[in-house]
Amino acid sequence: MILALVEHDRGKLNPLSLEMLTFARRLAEPLGGPLEAVLVDPGAGPLAYGLAAYGVSVVHLAAHTQLTDYGPEGWAQTVVELMGALQPALVLAGGSERGNEVMAHVAARAGLPLAANCLEAQPGDSLVVTRLRWGGSLLEEARLGGATRLLTVAPHALVAEPTANPSEITIRPFTPNLSARDLRLQVTGRVEALPGKVSLAEAPVVVGGGRGVGSAEGFKLLEELAGLLGGTVGCSRAVTSLGWRPHLDQVGQTGTRIAPEIYIACGISGAIQHMVGCKAAKHILAINIDPDAPIVQHADYAIIGDLKEVVPAISAALRQAGPA
Amino acid sequence: MNILVCVKRVPATGSKIVLTADSQEIDTRYLGFTISPHEECAVEEAVRLVEAHGGSSTVLTLGPEAASEQLRDAMALGIDSGILLETDGRDWDGGATAAAIVETVRQREAAGQPFDLILFGNESADSGGFQVGIRVAHALDRPCITGIKELKLAADRRVGGQLTAAREAGGGREIYQLGLPAVVTVKEGLNLPRYPSLPGRLKAKKKPLERIQPRWPGNTLEKIRLKLPSEAAHQVDVLGHGPAAAARAVEVFRTLGIMEK
Repeated sequence: MILALVEHDRGKLNPLSLEMLTFARRLAEPLGGPLEAVLVDPGAGPLAYGLAAYGVSVVHLAAHTQLTDYGPEGWAQTVVELMGALQPALVLAGGSERGNEVMAHVAARAGLPLAANCLEAQPGDSLVVTRLRWGGSLLEEARLGGATRLLTVAPHALVAEPTANPSEITIRPFTPNLSARDLRLQVTGRVEALPGKVSLAEAPVVVGGGRGVGSAEGFKLLEELAGLLGGTVGCSRAVTSLGWRPHLDQVGQTGTRIAPEIYIACGISGAIQHMVGCKAAKHILAINIDPDAPIVQHADYAIIGDLKEVVPAISAALRQAGPA
Repeated sequence: MNILVCVKRVPATGSKIVLTADSQEIDTRYLGFTISPHEECAVEEAVRLVEAHGGSSTVLTLGPEAASEQLRDAMALGIDSGILLETDGRDWDGGATAAAIVETVRQREAAGQPFDLILFGNESADSGGFQVGIRVAHALDRPCITGIKELKLAADRRVGGQLTAAREAGGGREIYQLGLPAVVTVKEGLNLPRYPSLPGRLKAKKKPLERIQPRWPGNTLEKIRLKLPSEAAHQVDVLGHGPAAAARAVEVFRTLGIMEK
C-alpha cells in the first residue's frame, strides 16, 4: 500500500497535495496496493471525504489534544506510527515547505533515505526516481532504497486529476502516541497576509527588473507599468543584493516561484537561478539591450532596446489604448 | 553563544549547465565555486548573533580540500574558525553528510565546546535534498525549524536562550519558539550579507581551520545519472527595437487577454 500525507493549514488544503495524490495513484496500480491518506488535526476532518475523488480508500485522521497547530515533529511522528502499523511500500507528500520538512523528519526518525522533489518514479526492485536538482535546472535519476520508500513530489510535476472510479472511503480516527519531544515545536503565532494584496506568487502579471534598471528609483517605471496591467513588480537576485528592492520581490531559485499569464523581464540577463523562478510563466516578454542575453532566448516575445525608453513608451501606449 | 554554520561548496553556474561525458557531474572546468545564497545568509546571521551576544562562530563544510576556500571566505566575513570534513571528492548523500556532522558536533561537545545553535541553508543549491539539518537535529535531539527568514534571540542565561523564528506561509508569516540548543535552516532574505573587506581576508588566512577525514558510511540515495531537462523548442518573436515597439507590445497584451482583467 501507499500512504500519502495530505497537507493543510488549519483546514485549508494545500493544492499540491492533490497533485501528489494523482502521482501516488498512478504508482499504486503497478505496486498493487491501495492508496491511503493521513490527515493531522486540528481542522483536517472536513477534508477527508473529498479525498475519495483522488483515489484514496482509507483516511487515517489523527488528532491529539496537545497538537493544537501545525508542528513538524508531531506530524512526522504520526506518520512514523502509521508506518509501523501499516507497513506501506511507499510514503509520500507534496514537495512544499511543510511536505519536505515533515518527510525529512520521518526519514530521520525511521533511518531511511528521502528523495525530495521527484518528477517521476519507476517501480521495480528498487524505486528509480527522477528528481529536481538546482531548483529544477538539472535533473537526477537516483535509486531509492529502504524497506519503505520515502519521497516528496515536485510542485507542478503533473496536473491534479480526480479518478474516474472513486471507491468507498473509510475514515479511521486515531490518537497518535506523541511525546513531549514530538509536541515541543508548533506554530505559536501568525502574521496574516494583507487582505487584497496580490502576492508575487499569484500575480497574473509580473514586471521584473534586473541590474539594467540602474537604481532603486528606476523601478518607478516598472511600478507604473505593473499598475496599468493589474500586476506586481518582481526583481532579480542582483537587485536584492544591491538593496534596491526587498527580498520578498525576488524571483528565482532562492526567491519566489512565479506563474503569471505574462512575465515582462526588463534588464534581466536570465541566469539559470532566475529562470527556474519564472519557468511557470505562461508567456515571457524580454526587454533587453542585448539581443544575445539568455533571457531573450527563453522569451516568447522580445523588444531590443533600453528599458528606460521602452517601458515608459509601453505605459504611454497602454494609457492611449485605454481599457479594452 | 557558540554557533556552528554548515555550508556546501557548489559550482557557480552561469546561464547554462554543462555535464561531464559520463553524466555523473557538472563540468566545472570553466566555473568558479561558491556557497548558496541561503548559506550566505546563515553565515551573516552567525556573525551578527556573535557580535550582539558574544561567544564564537564556526563554519563547517564537508567536501574536498578545495572547499577550504569557502571556509576562508566565511572567515573573511567574521566567522572565527573553520572545520573541513575532508572527502575524496565523491558525493555524500544527505544521510551520510548528516552523520559526519553529528559525529563532529559530538566530539566538540565531549571536548567541552558545545554549540548552542547550528545553522544551515534551507536546502543545498546543487542537490536540493532538504534534509541534512533535520537529520542532524534529530540525531542530537534538538528542535529544528526550516525555511526561516526572521530570527530573534532573547538571551536568558537561566534557560540558555529562546529563539523566535518566522517563515513565510501563504502570503503571511508563521512564528515558532525554540529553546536552545537548536537547529535552524534559513532562507535568503533573512538579512543582507556584508561584503568581505581586505583586512577581513587577511585575518581569515590566520584563523584556525581543523581538518577531519570522516569515514564514508555509504549513500542510501544512489545517484544513477544527471540529465538536463528537455526544453521545448520555441521561437522568440522580436516585436521590434526601442520605444517604437510599444504598440506591438500592447497588441500582444490584447491578444493574450491581459488588458481585460
